Amino acid sequence: MSTGTLWTVVLVASLGCYLLKLAGLSVPAAWVERPVVRRVVEFVPAALLGALVAVQAATSGPQLVVDERLAGLAVAALALALRAPFVVVLLLAGLTGAAVHWLV
Amino acid sequence: MTTDATRASTLRDAVGLGVAVGLYGVAFGAAAVTAGLDPWQACALSLLMFTGASQFALVGVLGAGGGAVAAIGSALLLGTRNTVYGVRLVPLLRTRGAARRAAAAHWVIDETTALAVAAPDRELARLAFTAGGATIYLGWNVMTLVGALGADGLGGTAQAALDAVVPAAFLALLWPRLQRTWAEPAAQRRVALGGAVVALVLTPVVPAGVQVIAAVVAVVLAGRWRR
Repeated sequence: MSTGTLWTVVLVASLGCYLLKLAGLSVPAAWVERPVVRRVVEFVPAALLGALVAVQAATSGPQLVVDERLAGLAVAALALALRAPFVVVLLLAGLTGAAVHWLV
Repeated sequence: MTTDATRASTLRDAVGLGVAVGLYGVAFGAAAVTAGLDPWQACALSLLMFTGASQFALVGVLGAGGGAVAAIGSALLLGTRNTVYGVRLVPLLRTRGAARRAAAAHWVIDETTALAVAAPDRELARLAFTAGGATIYLGWNVMTLVGALGADGLGGTAQAALDAVVPAAFLALLWPRLQRTWAEPAAQRRVALGGAVVALVLTPVVPAGVQVIAAVVAVVLAGRWRR
């Protein structure tokens, strides 16, 4: 992707995200408080984040791969279950990824 | 009644959260540069988009080789959360005038909403929103720059470490939704698992980045049909 296209993506997505924030402070509450809208907004993040975890941890281009990222993710899950702070979770995942990469 | 003690405690919570979130900015800056953005683009996202999950989603899709539409679409889908937060914040913030509302809107994110909603009264809610917003904005942007510059020119092992941090960051964002403290955690778990499975199944057959959006659409449609 060219630098110009990347900048366009960055700026368009930023403007869109800002307008979504502004809309919340501006539109009548009844529009957003409709049950269907609330349901979808309540569940979209889980679906999107679940998909992103899987894609970032176990794919490379069009292929499914198992490598040090999956080891890092497993350690991160363990750390989260033990209620470690975010920063510790990320550090442990990174250290695990580096260690497995170095060993294999 | 707002006392000095409650003001101090509100400020302490706001600043503490700001520092913690700022540290997380390092991971974003590094992830953005690893995904192929330059440090200026990473910083522009933190300055202008300023909503962590959308920023991570955008660079995640680009890093996986996704196209412009998939990247923007993922960021916007996660950004819809902030619209709902804004609706909750209107009675607390009572911003007067278009200019103030436009300024306040930029800081409507997970953390500032949580701070404002948790504050004991309206005055403290505004204080928590403003102090938290300012601290998080400053910390997030400075640390994005640090992460972006630090990730430039890393060796193979450090690169592997960073590659492992990105999925862990998404899992950390997802985690609170799956816990008992969240409304309907069982449904959230099904949705998250469904999103992951659909995305993996589609990965070999659709262009990069599209599987993420397709997973969201599939899961949302499945949820609506079942009701």
